Amino acid sequence: MMSDPILPSAAPAHAGAAPQEQAVKVRVRDVTVSYDGAMAIDSVNIDIPDKSVMAIIGPSGCGKSTFLRCLNRMNDTISGCSVTGDIRIDEEDVTARNVNPVMLRARVGMVFQEPNPFPKTVFENVAYGPKIHGLAATRAELEDIVETSLRRAGLWDEVKDGLHKPGTSLSGGQQQRLVIARAIAINPEIILMDEPCSALDPIATARIEELIDELRQNYCIVIVTHSMSQAARISQNTAFFDRGKLIETGTTEQIFTNPRDRRTHDYITGRYG
Amino acid sequence: MPSHTLKAFTSELNALTSDVLRMGGMAEAMITDMATAFARGDSELARSVIQRDAEVNALETRLEREITRLLALRQPVAQDLRGIIAALKVSNDLERIGDLAKNVCKRLIAMGEEHGATGQKSVERMSRAVRLQLNTVLDAYATQNAQEAIDVWQHDEEIDEHYNSMFREVLTYMMEDPRKISQGAHLLFIAKNLERIGDHCTNIAEVVHFFVTGEDMPMARPKLSDLE
Repeated sequence: MMSDPILPSAAPAHAGAAPQEQAVKVRVRDVTVSYDGAMAIDSVNIDIPDKSVMAIIGPSGCGKSTFLRCLNRMNDTISGCSVTGDIRIDEEDVTARNVNPVMLRARVGMVFQEPNPFPKTVFENVAYGPKIHGLAATRAELEDIVETSLRRAGLWDEVKDGLHKPGTSLSGGQQQRLVIARAIAINPEIILMDEPCSALDPIATARIEELIDELRQNYCIVIVTHSMSQAARISQNTAFFDRGKLIETGTTEQIFTNPRDRRTHDYITGRYG
Repeated sequence: MPSHTLKAFTSELNALTSDVLRMGGMAEAMITDMATAFARGDSELARSVIQRDAEVNALETRLEREITRLLALRQPVAQDLRGIIAALKVSNDLERIGDLAKNVCKRLIAMGEEHGATGQKSVERMSRAVRLQLNTVLDAYATQNAQEAIDVWQHDEEIDEHYNSMFREVLTYMMEDPRKISQGAHLLFIAKNLERIGDHCTNIAEVVHFFVTGEDMPMARPKLSDLE
């Protein structure tokens, strides 16, 4: 466009938006995992920012879930699994031998694909963690934690009149929110989610997504998902894994509008395989 | 680029590109015929250009509908998304180019007998320059060539120069002879329309660059200083 030949016009200045600084919550360096000698993930390096959602995407068998399980040392429980490399949460090495995995898992909560409430009441499901970690001195404190956690998980209004019914009597979507309430009841810093919506219908999925978006104000969330549209909807950063390698990581906007790596591009646009 | 696993999507995207190029070909032919009509004072040809604008508009409407469908059903991302947005924007610019060519032809008919020597060469030169711009930018779109898009974008300065010199020229005629004011006014609008066609070509160049690279144009386009 040209300026009017009669009226002088001011050219608009292009202001480049500076990227927001995000504090790093988890720093992963050279992490390699193998099962009985077969490499599952290969020298992964990634920084996971605090108070935001990072989505891990990639085809089946690419190492997404294995990576997630490294973060709270769930791989320790699998025989034949070896993990090398350095994982730091707030600069503290969590792979060190002297770190108690049970205490680590109190800091790093996890939500799985299938809702897995304990065969106990709704109340007991949420109260279980705070009880064993000694987070409540009195019954009143415990009740308070249960209510706050259920409210944060967006479930309180639906279950407040049936706190002593079995957790398994809830619907799938409610059970998944119950599990999330259980995870946040022990005040974790990080919440790992492994395909938390794959067993839910679209309405229940939308409620969980809304919940994840609220939770990110207070937690660092890492979510493995097969749904790329879900990754695009709820995450601020996305990491793409393929055949055990971290191919690309960036802001979700960048990954879904202009991925740098051809393999990422082919995967998210449906040209894979 | 490999085909989508869902092959229908690849063919839909290809069909979209060919529709945009077909629309581009129609706009290009309108500019060529507009220039010929002007050079020959051929009002029959000018009328045919005016009639053809409706076809370009109809194609744009069809493209818009198809793009809405693709966005809803395929949920495109990355280069697919950029390609679909590019088709939407390019078709919009082409529709505007068609309108502007039509407007020039309407003025040509309105000028009637008055149409003649004054400013004619300048209009012809400018028409050739904008047609070349359109031709090149459509080529850049078809071949996904970002460098060619940058070239078009930078060449717009030339069109602006044409416009400014024609503006001065016509103004001089009008000052010299008040009987030429009505003809001069038409010529000024014609020049402005051609200059606007040039602008739409640079818009398309920007869209093509973003489509291919995912980035905005790397530098600020050189601009002519205002006419003194």
